[in-house]
Amino acid sequence: MNLKSLFRPKTMAVIGVSLQNERHPANVIFNKNNLRFQAEVFPVNDRGGTLQGETVYARISDVPQEVDLAVIAVRAEMVPTIMAQCIEAGVGGAVVISGGFAETGRRDLQDRVASLAREADFPFIGPNCLGIYSPPHIDTFFLPSERMVRPDRGRVALVSQSGGTLVDHMTKFADQGIGLSLAVSIGNKALVRELDLLHYFTHDTETDVIAFYVEGFDKNEGREFVLKAGRCPKPVIVLKSGKSPGGSRAISSHTASMAGDYEVFSAAASQYGVVEARNELELVSFCEALSCFNQSIRGEIGIITVSGGHGALAVDACSSHGLSVPTLSQEHQAQIREKVSPRVRNIASFNNPIDLTGSAVDDDFVAVAKFLSSIEEVDCVLILLLPYTPGVTSDLGARLSQIYRQEGKPLIAYVPHVEKYGIFIEGFELNRIPVAHSIEGAVHMAEAMRRCQPC
Amino acid sequence: MLKKGIREILFASKDMGWVLEPQAKQLFSMVGLDVPRFSWAKAEAEALRFAQEIGYPVVAKVVSPRIVHKSESNGVAVGLEGDAELVDAFRRFSKVEDFAGVLVEEMISGVELMVGAKIDYQFGPVILLGIGGTGVEIYKDITLRITPLRQRDVEFMVKGLKAGRLLKGYRGSEPINMGELTKLLLTFSGLVTDLEEFIESIDLNPVICSSTACVVADARIMLREA
Repeated sequence: MNLKSLFRPKTMAVIGVSLQNERHPANVIFNKNNLRFQAEVFPVNDRGGTLQGETVYARISDVPQEVDLAVIAVRAEMVPTIMAQCIEAGVGGAVVISGGFAETGRRDLQDRVASLAREADFPFIGPNCLGIYSPPHIDTFFLPSERMVRPDRGRVALVSQSGGTLVDHMTKFADQGIGLSLAVSIGNKALVRELDLLHYFTHDTETDVIAFYVEGFDKNEGREFVLKAGRCPKPVIVLKSGKSPGGSRAISSHTASMAGDYEVFSAAASQYGVVEARNELELVSFCEALSCFNQSIRGEIGIITVSGGHGALAVDACSSHGLSVPTLSQEHQAQIREKVSPRVRNIASFNNPIDLTGSAVDDDFVAVAKFLSSIEEVDCVLILLLPYTPGVTSDLGARLSQIYRQEGKPLIAYVPHVEKYGIFIEGFELNRIPVAHSIEGAVHMAEAMRRCQPC
Repeated sequence: MLKKGIREILFASKDMGWVLEPQAKQLFSMVGLDVPRFSWAKAEAEALRFAQEIGYPVVAKVVSPRIVHKSESNGVAVGLEGDAELVDAFRRFSKVEDFAGVLVEEMISGVELMVGAKIDYQFGPVILLGIGGTGVEIYKDITLRITPLRQRDVEFMVKGLKAGRLLKGYRGSEPINMGELTKLLLTFSGLVTDLEEFIESIDLNPVICSSTACVVADARIMLREA
């Protein structure tokens, strides 16, 4: 199945636009693509006519150009006929927005559509989905652009069974400055499923990290997924719902009772180095960390702070996530002391966490981060930056990112996320150092790299 | 490919939905897993003869197609020290419904682990390693991996147990034989792969591990509904 025409189409038809109702989902999709996206878009409705001065085509075969992607937003009963027409007309693939299939008990109708497509090797996303957000080419979400919070272009692909969850994560991505390469809502996933998308994004040159929200897999599909994800050179992150135990089915064996659906998923994921995100906060932090660093760590954390309290809280957060904060040798402590400026030399504490105090200047951060990045005992450095201390400047992010490029050891920053400190945050993010808005979030980012390996 | 003997046991147990312990043990010993020396005695004399042959103390367990969970039905007697105690247990067990004999076994001592398997709908065959005994579902100290298990998976499984230190020799006890545990888990993983179509789940609880061996002291195989 070739999914390329789905994700980067040059031409798109929207089937089912309304001639009367401007708020019809198909009209929202037609309008936003017509005005703001690169693909050429054609409205289709079996009554023909015009829509905002554009010709409405009665049939897909009437569209004067070859159509790469058809967005199908007609009543469920009509979908098999419309899809057959698309196949007949040589369309490259489809997104079926319409609901009224397996989710409402019409599994039969859904199976009919899927087998029609399968026989013709015709890829389609859905039904019952939002479809594809692939700027600057297309956006099949039936949500007005001005209502959406759109993340920047970037390197993370998001795939979600739920459309609502997907849009919500896009909002969080925008808030955290995480760039998105593509977002796909797959709904009932009657044909194109997680495995197909994993395959596609593994080979997609615009994607570095692949993240999924999954509600359930088919028979043995979870196994195939983790095996394939384990071979994928890009980090694969999965948030899976269904942690609470299922119904009260009598279970006659201890194994069946203790190896519940979620426990098995979690074990299989870690066995093959698939990064399990336990909640949506983790998913967002993991995407940010792994889009900056495609590498794994043992989890020996060096912490640089200007406040004893932040240092102590970070140590607690590390230990509750199974990360360690190794004690530094007397010799290393003495070496660090030599490297910092005289004004902090006698008031700072040099055991891990290294507390540079509120008198620290940029050079002190840089010197200590460089030292920690060079020693074997530490394999990831957390920098807890409080931008209100007088000696630090907005140059710090850019300077620290240089250390990562030289030493290759991941650096993670915590900066309070308020508008006032935006320039500090950008200094890190534009230089591909992830920034968390809480200490816990920074520790999550380190955890992402520890989970990003088979264990 | 399943051995003929294994097929026969599965076929014979099909209607019942699970495999009686003596037959489950036969099945496991056929693939090379260690089980205690045992005898499935239908009469008192048979039980006594076997106990005298292997020497006391022994364990006696009721065998009945009606009893899946023996402990909960008071169907297990451990540490029987002589003929009188064994006869006592035999007579008590023989009153249960559909009594099908008594399993007499040698006593094994060591760390009690649990090894299990289930066929998961989404992930296929899954292997469990945990701290065993009757309290398994209270402590829930378990780790899971999907098949096929590799040597490194076994290492991570042991590392993943909260009570993993018990296996490494805790407060003066001898460490368990990791080579034997690894061998058991890898053999079991292979067996479960072969049995995927036939079973729903397997509990080996306890598996008793010492510095010399890992022995399957109790076994329950739940078959898939046809």
